[in-house]
Amino acid sequence: MIQHLVDGILVGSFLSLGAIGLTMVMHILRFANFSHAELLSIGAYSALVFDKVFQVLLPFSAAKIGPLSMTWALALSVVLAMAFTGASAMLMDRLVFKRVRARGDELSMVFASFGMALIVRNVIGLVFGLSSQLYSKDIVFAMVISRDPLLLVKPDQIFVFGAALLLMLGLHLLLSRTTFGFALRAVAENPVLAQVHGVNLQRMITAVWVIGGSLGAVAGVFYGLSYQITPVMGRDLVLPIFAATIVGGLGSVYGAVFGGFLVGIASNLALVILPSGYSPSVPFLMILAVLVLRPYGLFGEARP
Amino acid sequence: MIGVISYLVFFTTVAAILSIAVLGLNLQWGNTGLFNGGVVASFGAGAYGTLILGGAPQESHFGGFGLAYPLALLGGMIFAGLLAWVVGVLTLRLRHDYLAIATFGVAVAFENVARNAIWLTGGAQGVRGFERPLRAELGDGFLYNLIFLVAVLIALWLVFLFLQRLTVSPFGRMLRAIREDETAARSLGKAPDRVRLTAFVTGSVIMGLSGGLYGTFYAFISPQDVLPILTFQIWAMLIVGGAGNNAGAIFGTFLIWGAWTFSGWALARFAPIEAQLYTGSIQFVLIGFVIVGMLLWRPQGLFPERLVVSQPGANRDKPQAEGLT
Repeated sequence: MIQHLVDGILVGSFLSLGAIGLTMVMHILRFANFSHAELLSIGAYSALVFDKVFQVLLPFSAAKIGPLSMTWALALSVVLAMAFTGASAMLMDRLVFKRVRARGDELSMVFASFGMALIVRNVIGLVFGLSSQLYSKDIVFAMVISRDPLLLVKPDQIFVFGAALLLMLGLHLLLSRTTFGFALRAVAENPVLAQVHGVNLQRMITAVWVIGGSLGAVAGVFYGLSYQITPVMGRDLVLPIFAATIVGGLGSVYGAVFGGFLVGIASNLALVILPSGYSPSVPFLMILAVLVLRPYGLFGEARP
Repeated sequence: MIGVISYLVFFTTVAAILSIAVLGLNLQWGNTGLFNGGVVASFGAGAYGTLILGGAPQESHFGGFGLAYPLALLGGMIFAGLLAWVVGVLTLRLRHDYLAIATFGVAVAFENVARNAIWLTGGAQGVRGFERPLRAELGDGFLYNLIFLVAVLIALWLVFLFLQRLTVSPFGRMLRAIREDETAARSLGKAPDRVRLTAFVTGSVIMGLSGGLYGTFYAFISPQDVLPILTFQIWAMLIVGGAGNNAGAIFGTFLIWGAWTFSGWALARFAPIEAQLYTGSIQFVLIGFVIVGMLLWRPQGLFPERLVVSQPGANRDKPQAEGLT
């Protein structure tokens, strides 16, 4: 039980990171982006590539960081993957979403995002193969935190949790303390009024994609560290991430953080009562429950 | 020769069955502007419902009520409608993306339950014990398939007529009014939420019919038949054909289903052995490009919606160039 709770919190840390970007895009561009989870795949796979490159170019970087299975090369790769994924998100917007948006139909955007998800997911499968990959083939033993009740935690998991919290703190400071953060929130509240006040809408939209993409990249790498990297990880993550945004309330960054942890914990606790085969359905049940109890989410507000 | 004809019969049957689902989606998306991300859930509900209600009793899973075929098919449609109603009631009064996410979730959960609830659905092995109606009289051969095709075409024709009538009826006019400007429709005393729910459930019942016929055709349904790709295929068919245009939707279905079957055949025939594993991925990328490409370059589809004046009067049924929907 307590093991499931702890595992849930750790799953929640990368779900939250994914959900933050998604909720920001949904709030500012006003469409459900079904290709957001593919940004996690792009992040995970680009980090894999950068990692291999670093290990060849800088052999000493292949050393592990302390007790983690993560190497210095991978740590550097995460940073590059963030930049690459942010740029990919921007490119996807330029090539597709911006043009569909120009026609003014929000639901066409949803269709387009499904199409993009299908393309990205399967192109990744074609390039990297359909089988799963790992950052490190070494086995990292879990630390025994307590024997009764049995509680096992891997060092990687603690690192993932800590790093996710740090990133969220950074984002919080960015949104609440800087002019850029105010401008972003102003655009989310009322794009027209924000523009009247001299906020560059296009630049803000680009910024949202870059933030969403880079947080998604981190989430993807963390997912890869915790499980394995597969071309269909986006397909498996899209519903939990959406559930996190809906539970937290569309558009609420703090709601997304909270929702991510809640979905992670609930999916893991559900294993206590449900056979594990049903865990993909848990996020959907949470969506239904929230829509019945509190349609606009825990932190959201009604907005047409 | 008989092989070619028999294949054409097979192809046309599947395409016609899918056309019914595309028409159902057209009512939701084309006429009402509702995004259904879980077409497979309605389709699967119809198929599973029909086969479980109409099959012979099985030890391995639930069902086998052995109902008369029309009742079983009706039951499948009702099941699809109920599923849609639950989702619709919860989401249709909210922002439109809630419906998209919730319907997508239904499809994921549906496949998940179909795969895991072995006591209910037979799990990965699918529903067994269903016998095609009139099999004793007509046998299993070409004649049966031909008669089944005629039956499917009649069903398609009836659905098509129903939707054509619906589109020009006051109800269809109200759907378009709500799609175009909800506030204006509300100000005229219409209840958008209720009307949308009706359209959503009706569309899903039509998809359920399609699923029921599909299950009947194969006398079998398994989780492999309710994969998310089917939703994407059905969208591509509608977008290519032209959302809002029933005839276009049917044309789009035959075109995309033809392209899909052909590309599958061509890849299996000509792709090198080591690439065979990836043919599915290539086809999925193609479907993705069809959806995105159409949205970018011809969002109205090959056969755009024809805007008609459906008010009684001098201009009745005369197509208009613009406005007046």
